[in-house]
Amino acid sequence: MGLNDLSIEKLRDLLKKKEISVMDIVRDIEAGIAQDDKHELPLNAYINFDINRIKKEAGDLIGNSGKIENTLLKGVPIAIKDLINVIHTPTTCGSNILKNYVSPYDATAITLLKKNGGVPSGKLNMDEFAMGSSNENSYFGAVRNPHDRSKIPGGSSGGPASAVAGNLAVAALGTDTGGSIRQPASMCGVFGIKPTYGRVSRYGLVAYASSFDQIGPITKTVMDGALLLEAVSGYDPKDSTSANVETPVFSDYVGKSIGDLTIGIPDEYFGEGLDDEVRTIVEQGISTLKEAGTGVKRIKLSYTKYAIATYYIIATAEASSNLARFDGIRYGTRYVKTEDLETLYKENRSIGFGDEVKRRILLGTFTLSSGYYDAYYLKAQKARTLIREDFTQAFDEVDIIVTPVSPIPAWDLGQMVDDPLQMYLSDIYTVPVNLAGLPAASVNCGKTSGGLPVGLQLIANHFNESDIFRTASVVEGKVG
Amino acid sequence: MNYETIIGLEIHVQLNTRSKTFCSCSTRYGERPNSHTCPVCLGLPGALPVLNEEVLRKGVTAGIALGCDIAENSVFAWKNYFYPDLPKAYQISQFEFPLNKNGYVLIEDENGREKKIDLTRAHLEEDAGKLIHDEVPKGPSKVDYNRCGVPLLEIVTEPDIRTPEEAYRFLSAVKEILQYTGVSECNMEKGELRVDVNISIRQEGEERFGVKQEIKNMNSFANVKRALEYEIKRQTKILRSGGVLSQETRLFNTNKNATVSMRAKEEAHDYRYFPDPDLVPVVIKSDFIDEIRQKLPELPEARRARFIARYGLTAYDSEILCSSYRIANYFEEACENFSNPKKIANWILSEVMRVLKEEKIEIDQCKVTPQMLRELFDLMEGGTISGKIAKEVFDNMVSTGKSAALIVEEKGLRQVSDRGEIDIVVNDVLIENEKVVSDYRAGKKSAFGYLVGQVMKKTEGKANPKLVNEMLKEKIEK
Ligand SMILES: [Zn+2]
Repeated sequence: MGLNDLSIEKLRDLLKKKEISVMDIVRDIEAGIAQDDKHELPLNAYINFDINRIKKEAGDLIGNSGKIENTLLKGVPIAIKDLINVIHTPTTCGSNILKNYVSPYDATAITLLKKNGGVPSGKLNMDEFAMGSSNENSYFGAVRNPHDRSKIPGGSSGGPASAVAGNLAVAALGTDTGGSIRQPASMCGVFGIKPTYGRVSRYGLVAYASSFDQIGPITKTVMDGALLLEAVSGYDPKDSTSANVETPVFSDYVGKSIGDLTIGIPDEYFGEGLDDEVRTIVEQGISTLKEAGTGVKRIKLSYTKYAIATYYIIATAEASSNLARFDGIRYGTRYVKTEDLETLYKENRSIGFGDEVKRRILLGTFTLSSGYYDAYYLKAQKARTLIREDFTQAFDEVDIIVTPVSPIPAWDLGQMVDDPLQMYLSDIYTVPVNLAGLPAASVNCGKTSGGLPVGLQLIANHFNESDIFRTASVVEGKVG
Repeated sequence: MNYETIIGLEIHVQLNTRSKTFCSCSTRYGERPNSHTCPVCLGLPGALPVLNEEVLRKGVTAGIALGCDIAENSVFAWKNYFYPDLPKAYQISQFEFPLNKNGYVLIEDENGREKKIDLTRAHLEEDAGKLIHDEVPKGPSKVDYNRCGVPLLEIVTEPDIRTPEEAYRFLSAVKEILQYTGVSECNMEKGELRVDVNISIRQEGEERFGVKQEIKNMNSFANVKRALEYEIKRQTKILRSGGVLSQETRLFNTNKNATVSMRAKEEAHDYRYFPDPDLVPVVIKSDFIDEIRQKLPELPEARRARFIARYGLTAYDSEILCSSYRIANYFEEACENFSNPKKIANWILSEVMRVLKEEKIEIDQCKVTPQMLRELFDLMEGGTISGKIAKEVFDNMVSTGKSAALIVEEKGLRQVSDRGEIDIVVNDVLIENEKVVSDYRAGKKSAFGYLVGQVMKKTEGKANPKLVNEMLKEKIEK
């Protein structure tokens, strides 16, 4: 057993007692990755793991602060989804078009992570530009699920979830636009939380859909999630959508009683399409919470049925503009030599982007086009408001909404690649949360008969992550 | 058959803030290419914009000065199009909810009547970078992103303008207002003010507008006028010969003094505007507007009126002084605590303006500051120097930058007012010019001027002319 198998919480202790060094952990991670690479079916969780670069980051951290033992994370290495800029490190977004791009700056979340004693260690695989639910849309190849290597790990943060679950990382930062932290966390049996929109700065996070994207932790334990979220949260004047609110000490809430909470069970999340085994496991999770003393109420979230359509219209509209800058002119790969500007754009983008990215760019461009804007984009914005109001009303009655994360457990690699619409529909329980900007987590709740993990989704009101940590730790305590 | 011209203008004016619209890079002009850039204005993946409050302040200032309603809530939007000078492939602009709406500017039309030109909107947006082609013949094109993200105010008029001259007067009035309020230098050579025009022609009495032609990106008011004159001729000729116009975007070629087609309507962009998800809506509180309104400098129209009332200037003189807020400021500073402002006004209109023209400089580059000019006038009023000597002293001040008092001292130009000293010279002149004296006494009054001239000549112009006159007259008529 290596240090890579341990949690942030344990490693913090060992680092504090000076029983181990930061580089001891990094070397164990490196060994873990090397061993996995020899596996017949490697997890393929990393796009880039540059030991020299990590060593330098660790050295800088110890050298600069001098008091790393006084920081929150005390030098624990944290792996980063390759959508978040880390200075002097490739930031590929899982795309051919950025395969040679090296970022000249740190995202604010990385600056805060370092300030709090976290060492950015390696860049993790993902669906290209975070577009996908299976991590099969990466230019750098699909990622596998450590619980069953014939299965997908979920997406788009498949790399982070697989690496943490497979002990190739202590913990990771992922991003969640429509479920990209929670769904892979659920499928890989780890903890993942998407914070309230505005809790963590988006500065330096390569945008997929700006009004949804959030950075959040994927960790082995609920406590680790609390520690890591604490480390990267906070107001950032460089992000206009960042909220100027206090960051609670989330770790104080882990293990605290939930007897004062009322949980809400929305009918719409338990209807047709929900796998029977998943339903049973989620219902067991709800029983666990009841046993811990929570009140339970059935609630209505009546606009849920419009969530998928609403999400895919707004998110792809934003994406079509956000991804327009990738043209091979200033950075990234230029594939063609031509004197004609239009040819340059067309060729670079045709070669540089994968199919799913192209599909979403085309969809978004279409819905924004003159003559279609009102029927699609504007209508979707109205639906978004209704979905948000659904939640506002629900939180008048309950503190935490409990639902499944994904209607089905991890599926076979390749099973849905030719059916994008089916894959979009699997996001049904996660996207409403992003439409409303709410915080939500996935905590492991059990396994199917086939040994596949199933997560429980816990949704709280804006900036109420503390209640999620309390509740998640109860589920974790029962399931183990 | 008579035709009527309908003109509308779009003006892009650069706001003179120190840093760019959405990042802290400098807006300085003429620096090494790409030296004022950062992840935000280069559109690097992951970078985010944050609105510079100074841009908002200047935008609201301009809005108030242009008589606009300031929107309590305005929204930035993405204007999407691909071009190498636009690194994000969208421009952050305003679309549905602009900062300023429903303004107006007053001009005098060609019949001398006051005319109101309505403004549809005046919204904020960021500038693009600059493409540099053919630095080496047939070589690669280059992009300079120093200008990228510099704040612009886009002012759009209603189709209220009827002649090229009205367009010219409107543009001059807008430029004056923007300079007066300190929101822009409007330096056209640096591209700080660029104009697009929309022009259509219709038969007189027709209600519907004719087919619109757009002429883009002109950076001189004279060119705007010439382009419009050309378009009126071109369009009228086509219509008279029974032809049909199709909607086009055209460019003005200054060498040919003609407009040429750039693209047809079918090739027009679909900009796919939508609200910027990275920037929250701009909320403006009424006390923010009140604060700006209170600090708003006097506008050209009000200042002209005040110059007439307070300093007793003619309408013509005050018009010229106020045509530049810098010259108007210079005048007011120079006549602070001075009893005869009209004299200073005349001096500025003749001497100072002459120097500016000769040296091809702006008034703030003139070595004679307003305070120095007032000191010169103090010497004149106090009798230390005569008006004639003052001109000599002024020219010397312009070239050396020395004070008037120092020049008078160094060159010994102090006026002689000593009766005894002048008496000696007067006697000499009378003795040397006996014939002239007798001519005068015989009734040839013009001979007196000659004698005064002789005294001045002998004293190198330093004798107090009033005393010379007085003493000569006394002696000669005795
Ligand atoms: Zn910048």
